[in-house]
Amino acid sequence: MPDAPQNMELVCPAGNLPALKAAVDAGADAVYIGFRDDTNARHFAGLNFNEQRSREGIDYAHRRGTKVFVAINTYAQTSGWTRWQQAVDRAAALGVDALILADIGVMDYAAERWPELRLHLSVQASATNAESIRFYHENFSIRRVVLPRVLSMKQVRQVAAESPVPLEVFGFGSLCVMVEGRCLLSSYVTGQSPNTFGACSPASAVRWTETAGGLESRLNDVLIDRYGADEPAAYPTLCKGRFEVAGNVYYAIEEPVSLNTVELLPELQSIGVAAIKIEGRQRSPAYVRQVTRVWRAALDACARNPDDYRAQQPWLDALQQVSEGAQTTLGAYHRPWQ
Amino acid sequence: MNTRTRPKLSLGPVLYYWEREKLLEFYEHIALTPVDIVYLGETVCSKRRALRSDDWLQLAHTLRQAGKEVVLSSMTLIEAGSELGALRSLCENEGFTIEANDMGAVQLLAARGRPFVTGPAINIYNHRTLNLLAKRGMRRWVLPVELGRDSLADIHAQRPDGIETEVFAWGRLPLAYSARCFTARAHNLPKDDCQFRCLDYPDGLRLSTRENRSFLTLNGIQTQSAASCNLVTEIDDLSALGVDVLRISPQSLHTERVIKLFQQCLDGAISAREADTGLQSCAPSGCCNGYWHGEAGMLHHAGEKVPCP
Repeated sequence: MPDAPQNMELVCPAGNLPALKAAVDAGADAVYIGFRDDTNARHFAGLNFNEQRSREGIDYAHRRGTKVFVAINTYAQTSGWTRWQQAVDRAAALGVDALILADIGVMDYAAERWPELRLHLSVQASATNAESIRFYHENFSIRRVVLPRVLSMKQVRQVAAESPVPLEVFGFGSLCVMVEGRCLLSSYVTGQSPNTFGACSPASAVRWTETAGGLESRLNDVLIDRYGADEPAAYPTLCKGRFEVAGNVYYAIEEPVSLNTVELLPELQSIGVAAIKIEGRQRSPAYVRQVTRVWRAALDACARNPDDYRAQQPWLDALQQVSEGAQTTLGAYHRPWQ
Repeated sequence: MNTRTRPKLSLGPVLYYWEREKLLEFYEHIALTPVDIVYLGETVCSKRRALRSDDWLQLAHTLRQAGKEVVLSSMTLIEAGSELGALRSLCENEGFTIEANDMGAVQLLAARGRPFVTGPAINIYNHRTLNLLAKRGMRRWVLPVELGRDSLADIHAQRPDGIETEVFAWGRLPLAYSARCFTARAHNLPKDDCQFRCLDYPDGLRLSTRENRSFLTLNGIQTQSAASCNLVTEIDDLSALGVDVLRISPQSLHTERVIKLFQQCLDGAISAREADTGLQSCAPSGCCNGYWHGEAGMLHHAGEKVPCP
């Protein structure tokens, strides 16, 4: 990794054209989008870009000097292979700046068919160490890797020191407690997982019921949580439910909190992280605008003077407002959390 | 008609943290069972050191002498530098085939030109991935547990010559991995000071819904199903699809009985239905096979769709 760190790139999510424009206008260096099918890991109804919208979005971004990445980051199955192949071809023809890929077969195709096209390794490929990254670099010439959110700062530093390509790390958004790309909990309950379908705990499997015991959320008939009258209800992502273990009922896997690493920027910059990624293609344009604006300010402040950098209270307040569960955590970057 | 040989049987790595004596005794018994292939090693948590690498190697030699094909399984989640170092030493070992459970292991083995097996956590979802890894030295692969028979049939239509397919046929399904330890969390302990609580749960720690329905199994940083995947009634289908190996995942009780029932079924000594009946008592939280049928993994497909208890 280079000794003299360059400015980190701010990579922001866009689930639709208004969100893309919001991210571009608020100062994103790059936006990432997906097509309207199961080739991307935010395959939600009403979300994502058809060909026409993609073209408009890419044009809007490129005119303002913002890059566009396309996430084709689910795992292609043989029966649907042509969808992934067509997604790669479409993105290449649209002139995007990079593809974000997870599947080895899809990467093999993209590297062979579009050798000039820049490839990033998606977080869904769950590359947590330098040897794994080296595989994708040697075989498909990937030029950046998005690290899973499970690594501690010490581990990120180790990977950064050994990785053959620059790193992108998650800065803000929903937190997966499981290693991305290696979590099948959703398909165990619903038949659809991020790997196969591009969604976790899909809305089609959710059922809400008012009962004498409280409001219940179910996923394909499995009780995920039950809320008292004074408790705010959350979407039943199954790892964020309350379950019983050894007689105790609690958030047995993960509490509904968001990741926020804005305090860690100087350290991330000093170890040579190339880009900070904001999660949330499923979120509103207002969310994208607010989060992008704060992170733009933070990254600029950090680039100007990393030694005197401090996360400012208005930034933290603004991020707190849009956080899931209205709490934030440093996630695994903060070692004691593990 | 294509005459297929019946699949071989393998015993997957022990996924739980067992005491040294229990592990050694377990494998003494396994040496006497009809499993053809034994996978050895810690794949879940690098803090579990009931056996050291030399102990595993010695065990590997003993089992080989007992006629077993032995494969050394590597860790699934490789984060710390020490874990990568251990993986590098394992991949230097020339004596036994390695099961790669992380792409880091695939890279290390391919770079050394060593043939390898990929475990269920390596994401091979299509023919093109299978073919690329075959070119890099993969000789056998385990179907990801969330894929079913139709996906397998599609991949097999373009399977390269000489590549063996293994299917997870019995046991609690490995479903997820985390940097976080859920067993430690259940005891309000930080992961760094887990006090090796996994030793108290030789079959993992049961997680139930608030309606008292068995749901998942917490096994340190790994999350498994509570129900046992059971594909014994699919043995004819598995054979017809050209599956080479059926994997049985170890559990603290009844593993030998499970092996025996699968073997008797493969030998035609008992029917799949009879084997299935016998296996019910080996699955304390019931059985599931939904994934094989392209459905939610927790479902049990027995002619009609019935959720597990």
